[in-house]
Amino acid sequence: MTPIFAFAAVILLVAGLYIGFFVAPTDFQQGEAYRIIFIHVPAAWMSMFLYVVMAFWAGIGLAFNTRLSSMFATAIAPTGAMFTFIALWTGALWGKPMWGTWWVWDARLTSELILLFLYIGFMSLQAAIDDPRRADKAGAIIALVGVVNIPIIYFSVQWWNTLHQGASVSVNQAPSMATTMLVGMLVMVLASWMYSIAVILKRTRVIILERESHTAWVAELQKKGTV
Amino acid sequence: MNWSDLSEFFSMGGYGFYVWGSYVVTLVCIVGEILLISNRHRTLERQHGLIFDINRKRDNK
Repeated sequence: MTPIFAFAAVILLVAGLYIGFFVAPTDFQQGEAYRIIFIHVPAAWMSMFLYVVMAFWAGIGLAFNTRLSSMFATAIAPTGAMFTFIALWTGALWGKPMWGTWWVWDARLTSELILLFLYIGFMSLQAAIDDPRRADKAGAIIALVGVVNIPIIYFSVQWWNTLHQGASVSVNQAPSMATTMLVGMLVMVLASWMYSIAVILKRTRVIILERESHTAWVAELQKKGTV
Repeated sequence: MNWSDLSEFFSMGGYGFYVWGSYVVTLVCIVGEILLISNRHRTLERQHGLIFDINRKRDNK
């Protein structure tokens, strides 16, 4: 089984970093510090997007009692939490030189921090319940309740007067960014997508095997030595 | 090409600490996650191997 997504992730990552560091020019205002954008924005977008996907599959698993949907939601959470942490971390390291502070209780930053707590809450709630099926249902509730936080994060820069800048890239207007900077960022977004798919599918396979280890088909696999 | 030499590249216009602080931590997170999953898979195989061996010994008696 060739890991297509993993290869795509590596290729896009190399291309994105090359464009980001060697093609994109110096920013007239922020100098070189702005190059953090090439991981900050992809991580932030992935943290929100993965939460919505996680909540969707958790909801499907809850509604239709489908185990694989819940397993998939469980597999997404760690990667989503990681991207949320990266978004907060790179944001702080970008904020210090540009805003003069690591952290400020700004609407965008605070709602992203709440997103990190939601991910951690989801994972720890599921870990606290022994029976996987009950853990899935409990996790689905927290995931679905937490979805309201995603539009809050996204629109926070418009609803409140935030220190965090507004959307430079949005669906309904031309991006206010230099082309090469934008291309570098979008290639990194694609790389983070491919990476997430590869890692989450791998974790899903491990979760399936963990939960189904008592079954005959897994014993069959074991005989063939392809667990 | 934005950088004339390696030291200029690492200094990143004076923002090296912040830029490389971001990229290194991101790299650590990603490599960490990959290691965690492959480790989880290996422990599964080891556990599985044990379960499988026990069953096989029991069946062969």
